[in-house]
Amino acid sequence: MSRISDFTGVSARVSVEQAISKARENESFNVVLSLTEARALERADAVDRGEITGLLAGVPFIAKDNFLTLGGTTTAASKILENFEAPLQATAIEKLEAEGAICIGKANLDAFAHGGSTENSAYGPTKNAFDQERVAGGSSGGSAVAVALDIVPFTLGTDTGGSIRQPASFNGVVGVKPTYGTVSRYGVVAMASSTDTIGVLATNAHDATIVMDIISGQDKKDATTLADYFAPVTLEGVKKIGVIKEAMTDDVDLEVRQAAQDYIEKLRAAGHTVEEVSLSLLKYALAIYYIVVPAEISSNLGRYDGIRYGRRAEAASLTELYGASRDEGFMAENKRRIMIGSYVLSSGYFDAYYLQAQKVRTLLINEFNELFNTYDMLLTPVAPTPAFKIGENASDPIKMYLEDVMTVPASLAGLPAISVPAGKSATGLPIGVQLIGKRRDDAVLLALAESMEDVA
Amino acid sequence: MTQISDGDVQHLAQLSNLQLSDDEVVSLRADLENIIGYIQQLDELDTTGVEPTYQVTDLKNVWRDDVVDNYGIDKMSLLQLAPATEADQIKVPKVL
Repeated sequence: MSRISDFTGVSARVSVEQAISKARENESFNVVLSLTEARALERADAVDRGEITGLLAGVPFIAKDNFLTLGGTTTAASKILENFEAPLQATAIEKLEAEGAICIGKANLDAFAHGGSTENSAYGPTKNAFDQERVAGGSSGGSAVAVALDIVPFTLGTDTGGSIRQPASFNGVVGVKPTYGTVSRYGVVAMASSTDTIGVLATNAHDATIVMDIISGQDKKDATTLADYFAPVTLEGVKKIGVIKEAMTDDVDLEVRQAAQDYIEKLRAAGHTVEEVSLSLLKYALAIYYIVVPAEISSNLGRYDGIRYGRRAEAASLTELYGASRDEGFMAENKRRIMIGSYVLSSGYFDAYYLQAQKVRTLLINEFNELFNTYDMLLTPVAPTPAFKIGENASDPIKMYLEDVMTVPASLAGLPAISVPAGKSATGLPIGVQLIGKRRDDAVLLALAESMEDVA
Repeated sequence: MTQISDGDVQHLAQLSNLQLSDDEVVSLRADLENIIGYIQQLDELDTTGVEPTYQVTDLKNVWRDDVVDNYGIDKMSLLQLAPATEADQIKVPKVL
């Protein structure tokens, strides 16, 4: 698979044309929802003329289709935004463009990023890079498969409960969910604002670090951004790593546990200390997540009403217009989450569900903090299984939600977590391992991952 | 196990500004019962005296100057996004 450095000193037009033709050759995977060819080629020619320079001059990339971009549509893989052309670009896109990177298109996702398989896209599922009968993972499924198929060296994704890490694991690429607040979310379709993060998928940890360094930083357009702290680091000394035992039980596929075990042995061989630890509230994290996140979704998706932008249904009255526009424009999973959100926020239920969930969230964060008094980072598998078959979990929402059981804890606590390739199943499906760090230790996680990439 | 009626589903749909088909009501009723049954496991935990966590940034009161900043987006480019406009206003069906 290609690296960012392969794109320096070569014609940007050639790089962009190659990326676009690779995207077209791989149409059967349903990776991209649209290609922004005209704008991309225009920018490539400007790079080749020396008018655009920067650390990523001429490097093509793809953004998940919930990032607002110029030169085409931003659909969030939904019908309600089917023809939406944004008048502005996300801060993350602007920062990459300022360094000369070239967005060639928009990647498929579960509509509004609601899902863990990319099957909830209004435009059909993305296929796994290693087996077209299996899911890409999600919700950043298109972003992960685009890197795995070597269409582009990196992509942007969003991760609210595992949406970068799990598809990265399912497709054998590196996926970074940064510390909450690291990357501005201005110009990105909001899902659950207290856990939404923007991150990167790449073929290797070094490239992921380069991109994170560029897109991170405070932005006055997003008041939740942290003062810029992200800087690449060199790994110093040996690390003390805790393996969360509740994530290594029989509920987790044997091959997934074996891949984690193999990675642990490699860490030990490299001199790191690895010990079993307990995060006793792990099993409750998913219940917290599926209260807090739908609550925030029901609020954030209130804006899609057919009035100011997006699809408007024909209706005689305003109330009918709202209802019909939203019914036509949302997928079943969008409606399910909005309805759950309305339920847990209803008067009479608020204390029992939403408030209780936010209190248990505090207990979970306390447990993490205690572990980080002793350990530099924590390790778990990314998902309980390798990529499952398309349709396998479609009829059972809870079964689908359980895919997120090991990724949501870091999201609820705002911690950085990365997914790195750790092996393959007997049938050749990639399996990742998750490293969770202290707040603002994103670059340390990446440095450790990079140090392990060359270890056989 | 929490029982959800078709009427409950319709009420939530109304709160959510969703117009649902009869089939959607049936399938959402079953899904809501299952999901609510699942999230009720948090009842097992004693949270007496625990403060809720609403955000994880540690940031407090992020102020800005009280100056209009349109972030480089003018009114007309936003109006162009609306499905129907008239005289630089967004047009909607009758409200009452």
